[in-house]
Amino acid sequence: MNTELAEKLTDLSREVTGFIYPNEVEIHWSILVVVYPYVTGLVAGAFILASLVQVFNVKEVQPTYRLALLTALAFLIIAPLPLLLHLGHPFRSYEIFLTPQLGSAMAMFGFVYLWYLMAVLLLELWFEYRKDLVVWSREAAFPLDWVYRVLSFFSTDISPRAVAFDHKAIKIITLIGIPSAFLLHGYVGFIFGSVKANPWWSSVLMPLVFLMSAIVSGIALVILLYMVIAPLRGEGVNMRCLDRITSFLFYAVIVDFTLEGLDFLHRLYESEESIKILSRLATDKLFISLWVIQIFLGMIVPLGILVAAKSLKVNEELRRLLYFASVILIQVGIFATRWNVVIGGQLFSKSLRGLTVYKMELFGLEGVLMQASRIAARVACLHQGDVDGMRQLGEVTVRVAVDADQARERVPDVAEKGTGRFGLGELGVVHLSRSQLALHNDSRSPRQGDS
Amino acid sequence: MIDRRKFLKKAVWFIPAVGVFRRLSKEAQAKPIAGGYDPKNHLYGMGIDIDKCIGCGRCMEACKTENNVPKEPFFYRTWVERYTIKKDGEVDVETIDPRHEKPLARTKETEVLRSFFVPKLCNQCEHPPCVQVCPVGATFSTEDGVVLVDSNRCIGCRYCIQACPYGARYLHPETETADKCTFCYHRIVKGLLPACVEVCPTQARIFGDLKSMASRLVRFKRINRLHVLKAHLNTEPKVEYANLDGEVR
Repeated sequence: MNTELAEKLTDLSREVTGFIYPNEVEIHWSILVVVYPYVTGLVAGAFILASLVQVFNVKEVQPTYRLALLTALAFLIIAPLPLLLHLGHPFRSYEIFLTPQLGSAMAMFGFVYLWYLMAVLLLELWFEYRKDLVVWSREAAFPLDWVYRVLSFFSTDISPRAVAFDHKAIKIITLIGIPSAFLLHGYVGFIFGSVKANPWWSSVLMPLVFLMSAIVSGIALVILLYMVIAPLRGEGVNMRCLDRITSFLFYAVIVDFTLEGLDFLHRLYESEESIKILSRLATDKLFISLWVIQIFLGMIVPLGILVAAKSLKVNEELRRLLYFASVILIQVGIFATRWNVVIGGQLFSKSLRGLTVYKMELFGLEGVLMQASRIAARVACLHQGDVDGMRQLGEVTVRVAVDADQARERVPDVAEKGTGRFGLGELGVVHLSRSQLALHNDSRSPRQGDS
Repeated sequence: MIDRRKFLKKAVWFIPAVGVFRRLSKEAQAKPIAGGYDPKNHLYGMGIDIDKCIGCGRCMEACKTENNVPKEPFFYRTWVERYTIKKDGEVDVETIDPRHEKPLARTKETEVLRSFFVPKLCNQCEHPPCVQVCPVGATFSTEDGVVLVDSNRCIGCRYCIQACPYGARYLHPETETADKCTFCYHRIVKGLLPACVEVCPTQARIFGDLKSMASRLVRFKRINRLHVLKAHLNTEPKVEYANLDGEVR
């Protein structure tokens, strides 16, 4: 076995407080699984901001429309990467698309992801950029004009009628896109919220909390990018736009805060058997990331800043600065939210009797790098080891037969004898006499104490 | 007379068709389990008598040997917990070290109210949350009532490990796929006992077929009052405990 893993787990097991099941020392969903809901949250949030322009006709927000769509696309493309890197067998990930088990919330990933990417984002972006692509393909020099031509699928019509059709299409796609964005992040919340074994996750509010925090983080990210990119492109920051988006951000944070507060109150009031261990979790292991970062720095302070920026008559310069500070704090806060859900949900034992620890290796660098190198190594030895894995595609292997074969190989005499008493010597069984048993019992069990 | 065009057209279809037929014929030849075993005629379960367990840890050792479970104490298909309930109400729980290299904590005898050992393993639930959440169907329930993992299909996403309320699953560090107790499926289909049951010196573990009236498990269920772990989660375990204490989770 991998001695590095054994050493790591031995170190971790020393820091366990109380009792945990022996298999629980290893934290299974690491920083990479924290990143995934954070990134899809940004996608959903950015898209919903973009839809404000199209569906709700909020004209002031127009300057961020394309930025929001492109942000959503950029993050959607990288969203599956952390998950892929985290899989034990990344080369079997296609199974989720080809042979999904429809009862699993995680299997919905393939459908939701592809639908959102192909039917919503790419389509809306194509209609949005089609006119520009046609114009650019006429103006640009040799290699680029062909790039534009291909990207526009060789369409040439930029008559007012065609452009009007583009706008109509965008509107319809956005209408479909809003519930899709809700689905994209709601299902991520459902992956956690539906795990009845885990009282920290299992909550009907989880998809809603995920959704609202997604909207918060997505809007905050677009504001951040807008404030950085607009000056870089030589455009000034449009203050009317910024004021309007930050109002939306303010309301989204309020709703998110309310939902999380409701979840918290509900748990506290119902006070189920898990309440003791969960309150120890929240006040001990998650004190910094939950109370200080997520709630105080990530919600209360930015809310205060936004209220101050809007109610006090401060000048534009200062207002920009305040907005900038608040969106950065909100990003950090939402990342902490994801951390507290994913990691926090694994820091207590399902026996509800103890807490464990998670150590991110070298701030994730080593962990992430190791995963990446592992993938590279897999690619390199694709011709050897994983060819076998590939061969399994479509091959239904019944584990029963495999097990039976393995057993036959391991204990060849077993299959021949076929009696009920085989293998005892091999398993190192000691037949204890009654007196030995009593002695054994005496030295091990404190139960002897009561007699 | 077949012209070249027609021939090529047919050849285009012929090649994939051969592949499909070869695959199908391979499937058809899949070996049935030895001895005409029919899973429809069986339904397996286990009974555990808490009062009989002496915490020797033989079951843990036997399981690791039989099933290639890594020897490190962070990977178990079955394990034994020792509960010590003190007079002040405090509950101490520890996992037994099967090699007894790490001694168990000693509590002063006068402080102990009661103490007992609890063997744990996969509960082979009737409504298994692990099967429900597996995105690719790699973990599945068999007709004879056992939950298995197909390690050739498992993608190692670990959702099943998160979904198991009993901590019965782990990620095998060599195969990087989920692993858990199978009731020693490779043995029971041949009419043998699971390794842990075979080696238990006090017969604290009773394995049997619920569809056979002659099975020891049926008798065990008739004469004992039984409990399952975490009944409120409605997983309907097929591992049932006699003389189980309310403190056990």
